[in-house]
Amino acid sequence: MAEYQNIFTRIQVLAEPEPGVPVEHRIWQRVGKGTHNYWLGKFGDAQVGPIYIGSLGLWALLFGMMAVFIMGLNMLASVNWNPIQFIRQLPWLALEPPPAKYGLRIPPLAEGGWWLCAGFLLTTSILLWWLKVYQNAKRLGMGTHVPWAFASAIWLYLVLGFIRPVAMGSWSEGVPFGIFPHLDWTAAFSIRYGNLFYNPFHMLSIAFLYGSALLFAMHGATILAVSKYGGEREIEQIVDRGTASERAALFWRWTMGFNATMESVHRWAWWFAVLTTLTGGIGILLTGTVVDNWYLWAVKHGVAPSYPAIHPPMMDPAPLIGGAK
Amino acid sequence: MIRLDRLGLVALAAGLAVLVAGCERPPVKAEQKGYRGLGMEQVKNPRTEKAVLAAMNIPDALPKANAGGPKAGTVYKNVKVLGDLSEEQFNRVMGAITEWVSPEQGCAYCHNVENMADGSKYTHAVARRMFQMTRQINETWKPHVGATGVTCYTCHAGNPVPKNIWFKDASQINAPFKHAGYRADGQNLAHKQIGMTSLPGDPFQRFLAAKEAKPNEIRVIPTKALPANPAHSKDVKDAEATYALMIHMSQGLGVNCTYCHNTRSFFKWEQSTPQRLTAWHGIRMVQDLNQNYLDPLKPVYPANRLGASGDAPKAFCTTCHQGQAKPLNGKQMLKDYLELNTVSLAKY
Repeated sequence: MAEYQNIFTRIQVLAEPEPGVPVEHRIWQRVGKGTHNYWLGKFGDAQVGPIYIGSLGLWALLFGMMAVFIMGLNMLASVNWNPIQFIRQLPWLALEPPPAKYGLRIPPLAEGGWWLCAGFLLTTSILLWWLKVYQNAKRLGMGTHVPWAFASAIWLYLVLGFIRPVAMGSWSEGVPFGIFPHLDWTAAFSIRYGNLFYNPFHMLSIAFLYGSALLFAMHGATILAVSKYGGEREIEQIVDRGTASERAALFWRWTMGFNATMESVHRWAWWFAVLTTLTGGIGILLTGTVVDNWYLWAVKHGVAPSYPAIHPPMMDPAPLIGGAK
Repeated sequence: MIRLDRLGLVALAAGLAVLVAGCERPPVKAEQKGYRGLGMEQVKNPRTEKAVLAAMNIPDALPKANAGGPKAGTVYKNVKVLGDLSEEQFNRVMGAITEWVSPEQGCAYCHNVENMADGSKYTHAVARRMFQMTRQINETWKPHVGATGVTCYTCHAGNPVPKNIWFKDASQINAPFKHAGYRADGQNLAHKQIGMTSLPGDPFQRFLAAKEAKPNEIRVIPTKALPANPAHSKDVKDAEATYALMIHMSQGLGVNCTYCHNTRSFFKWEQSTPQRLTAWHGIRMVQDLNQNYLDPLKPVYPANRLGASGDAPKAFCTTCHQGQAKPLNGKQMLKDYLELNTVSLAKY
């Protein structure tokens, strides 16, 4: 059978797992000796572990598990502790933020207090994990691109669950923890604020999100396409441009007149990804605090076009009939 | 390894099959309803439509009755709301209602057949009030029901209890543990009545039944671009409740949001379709029916007809519409039974 050939190796070498350089001057060592997994080898490296958890990682995991535990128990309580219903309805279940009447005060546990607890624990966990990621990058002598990209996602998370609710003066503005509930919340949020699609920062966020996917596809495809010339050795190709890099560059230059370089394409990708959540967070933060109805805002600023009416003209009946009975 | 590969493929295929299990098979019909480019389309599944139409089995109208002659109120005893009908009309209506509401149980569903004037069955008392309600709908709520109007059959469709009714959400009333598991408005469970979303499962109590309900509370979208002072009082939770009600309407009528709205600006009347006005009256009609006719019947019902929190069965959009934009596909049954509009609205 004909098979696509390249020098990406599909052969899995089974040997003693690579333990990494020794961890020095630390209380914690790496956990596990490492093992091999055939199926993971299909996607990435077949070696799993060892992993460095460290004290930051440990605390992050502990806080995170407590948050998930609180969410899970509240979901279980919401179906009267029925384990079957818990499994059947899991995608629908949620831990909801408090009702509006409590504002920014601490609500009773039964009315959103647990949401605050879980949110606090989850936020602590995420921030600790960020520190761990930052620390790992530093210790490996890397740049801090990964932690700053992660920070951009944390920014959106914090805007949604903390900064915006505080700015609005009510915890009720927060997002529920739950699979379908947070999606339904998102749709209701857009409806309440007159259609988020007219929020220019939402537009930017979508552009960067879809742009990220497009760039990822273009870059991935390009590298795969030149991998038979060693193109996947991107770093080497940056320093010592070979035929793979030349062909990849020429392909795009001849296709659209412009090409990224082996190095710059990664900056493109990084900024597109980071800007997705950065602009998204700005868009959410402006919603309700600065703009109440994005559609009307867009009309006011000439963003939303008008279309010819094809139905008989209609008016709000409420003021005419006194519908507010 | 080959065996494992094959196993992986089978697992992948099974996974994909599960993923699409909830989908309707194509093709569906999409019909443009608004200006081009706005996505104002009605998407219909012709197979579902066919099944809904095939399930309809509307009884033929009974032969017309003579309006002259002695009045039912003088001929029969204990006739309170149908007394102004002629004897012939009265008997025709009784025949029709049996076919519409209790085709299997017959007259005995409401009457003591030993003594037809005996009004001791609860169904008899409910039916009386329902006759008044029918006239109220046909006369007061013309902006919603138009000339088509309703008969008992519109909701009952051959069932003693209409298939689509609702009760107050009681899922948390008997919760043994009060310190966790907060679910405001009965949200975050899979609710059939609101399209299996996790939205508040009981928007009906809030908008269509409660005495303090104001239909205008449904409006959550501000009419000014910038935040007003004092602040617009509706929050995202209110929007979730409205969204739930709207999903119910969409599902109950078998239509998309764009049947009434231009979804780029849900609130804008100037960009909505004329159907939104009909629905606007419908919401107020249902509220009237629940508050003044259905809920007050609570003391009349036996316990097994009440909801888990002891409330009377109530109506919402699906009660009449049953998945169709026009109930009974627009069939005008009332024009054959205009005597229904002569029932007495007086208190009895």
